[in-house]
Amino acid sequence: MSGDNFGLQTASGHLNVPVESKEPYPADVLAGLHEDAAQVVAKYPQKRSALLPLLHLVQSVDGYVTGRGIDFCAEVLDLTTAEVSGVATFYTQYKRHPNGEYTVGVCTNTLCAIMGGDQIWDEVSEHLGIGHDETTADGKITLERVECNAACDYAPVIMANWEFFDNQTPDSTKQLVDDLRAGKDVAPTRGAAKVCSFKQVSRVLAGFHDGLADEGVGAGPSSLEGLRVAKDRNWTAPGAKHAAPADGDAGTAGLAPGRSSSTDTPSNAADEQAGSKPAEGK
Amino acid sequence: MATTLTPILTKFWDDPQSWTLETYEKNEGYQALKKALSMAPADLVQMTKDSGLRGRGGAGFPTGMKWGFLPPPDGGPRYLVVNADESEPGTCKDIPLMMAAPQFLIEGCVITSYAIGCNHAFIYLRGEVVHVYRRLLRAVEEAYAAGHLGKNIHGSGFDLDITVHAGAGAYICGEETALLDSLEGRRGQPRLKPPFPAVAGLYARPTVVNNVESIASVPPILLHGADWFSDMGTAKSQGFGIFSLSGHVKRPGQYEAPLGITLRELLDMAGGMRDPNHKLKFWTPGGSSTPLFTDEHLDTPLDFESVAAAGSMLGTRALQIFDDTTCVVRAVDRWTDFYKHESCGKCTPCREGTWWLKQILGRLEHGEGSEEDLDKLLDICDNILGRSFCALGDGATSPITSSIQYFREEYLAHLTNGGCPFDPRESSLFAKEKATA
Repeated sequence: MSGDNFGLQTASGHLNVPVESKEPYPADVLAGLHEDAAQVVAKYPQKRSALLPLLHLVQSVDGYVTGRGIDFCAEVLDLTTAEVSGVATFYTQYKRHPNGEYTVGVCTNTLCAIMGGDQIWDEVSEHLGIGHDETTADGKITLERVECNAACDYAPVIMANWEFFDNQTPDSTKQLVDDLRAGKDVAPTRGAAKVCSFKQVSRVLAGFHDGLADEGVGAGPSSLEGLRVAKDRNWTAPGAKHAAPADGDAGTAGLAPGRSSSTDTPSNAADEQAGSKPAEGK
Repeated sequence: MATTLTPILTKFWDDPQSWTLETYEKNEGYQALKKALSMAPADLVQMTKDSGLRGRGGAGFPTGMKWGFLPPPDGGPRYLVVNADESEPGTCKDIPLMMAAPQFLIEGCVITSYAIGCNHAFIYLRGEVVHVYRRLLRAVEEAYAAGHLGKNIHGSGFDLDITVHAGAGAYICGEETALLDSLEGRRGQPRLKPPFPAVAGLYARPTVVNNVESIASVPPILLHGADWFSDMGTAKSQGFGIFSLSGHVKRPGQYEAPLGITLRELLDMAGGMRDPNHKLKFWTPGGSSTPLFTDEHLDTPLDFESVAAAGSMLGTRALQIFDDTTCVVRAVDRWTDFYKHESCGKCTPCREGTWWLKQILGRLEHGEGSEEDLDKLLDICDNILGRSFCALGDGATSPITSSIQYFREEYLAHLTNGGCPFDPRESSLFAKEKATA
């Protein structure tokens, strides 16, 4: 690591990037990257779609988005380095400076914060002596304040390398970071049997399955609350009724074997207008 | 009690291997696909319309109608893109669904793709949930091995590939056109509409973008019939949905119920408030982008129309519940922080407006500022709502305007008190442990 300002932005917005971030990859590493990149690109009709996974792939090798990683993505996808950098700086999971072996994210969005996330943050930040997006001197933990991670029924929530740690307390979180720093295996509440390293997880996010899907629970206790109540009170969904297709001759109109082109026709009624209401994702 | 729970998508989440294809097939899995492949695609679109299924990602747009907007086939590709970027604060239904029973989504993708003439579907999952990504990758592998995906699926002549794609941390990518830009390898910023994705979506080709729960609901609807589905719920908000209770309730969690259930009913099922000495103060019906409700709204039926009539939105049925230990200004200040952080920067009202909202709310929470700041907040909200490029900006105004509407006195109390009158530790889960430690 070079210099105290490493990873910081200058007043004009430029990043301080260390020289080694630009050093070329060793030949064997580069060959492996190209092999992996070819597999990723093959999953998409247009190769630029592979950019997000390829940036995860760069992080799986370098531990952050390096200058050489940006060059690599640009070369593979026929983009300019400016285009790649523009994308890399948009998303919070792409790190602009070397990440710790474990990213520990404390959810401090409203619900988790109020349920205790703020207190967890204060105590663990003090315990480690680092703030948001800072890394412990041993290179083990990068601490982050994270936004809502879709586990609100388990608040307060901590994410360690994007695995769920549910219903946390200040003490449990300090124990978690101590165990991670000590090199102990740590099991998430819902996830793989143990938390993998930042680089390993980045490789999964690039699309390379690590075979750990069958580890861990299907659902935690809160996910099952409604089901438990329904079973206790003997509630079920309405019995399956026989479907009554409008035309009654379903079965004769399917695709003939061997035909694979699209066959549907717009079937909206005349008064159904596209654009009458934008369907937002939110 | 009028309404009972209806476990459908959540029905076998307690199976020790709930996520496997084997478990899914023991629970009617892939029977709907068999039926679909014997039907005309247009009939599937019609069935989905008849069922009354409306988008479960928050907007409530009729799913079958969205499919029907695709132009006639022109020989080129058409795409299904599943929005699995669940990140609206409070929303936590799709992630557990994909963790516990990902095959619902995969089967739904195959049926939907067949209905709309798509041969390559994408599932865009937020990147911050690695184990859910593993489960989806595994589910797709299993579906290929069983012949539910790939070439000539079950001899039908229909081909489908599914690519599961991980995002990289950006709330805005839940907006469907920002999601498409992101999936194309760009910064996730929303597109001008029209053209809508149905006409020019992924790679400028006709595209259907649907939420996870919407697509996962398709197999049960097909298997049991449009009438089965539309008999549940209310006249205009038909069917079932997962209601996510979080915050100051005894048993937070996922409760699958017909639309139109009330918070009072759900709270009863969830064991009431966490502490009977502290009453319900405010709650969100559908995530932080939906205007706050109070205890006045305990009996509002949670369907699209009733919630809208009461001044909010059903959204994602993310019921974040706060008792009277909670400072509403602190809550809204933090949500505003979120919108400021997640604003993509494309349009001025949202980019600049959320920044200013945060400055003002921050000082109010700390007892600084003045009563005029409340009018300033409302004025800025007025300049964002309806004037920003996408719904993110609109959403940012919801908690602010609704909290000033219901809790103006509490804002003022911060000023007279010279700071927040609440002790934040009172509202945390471990307040008592700490006090007795």
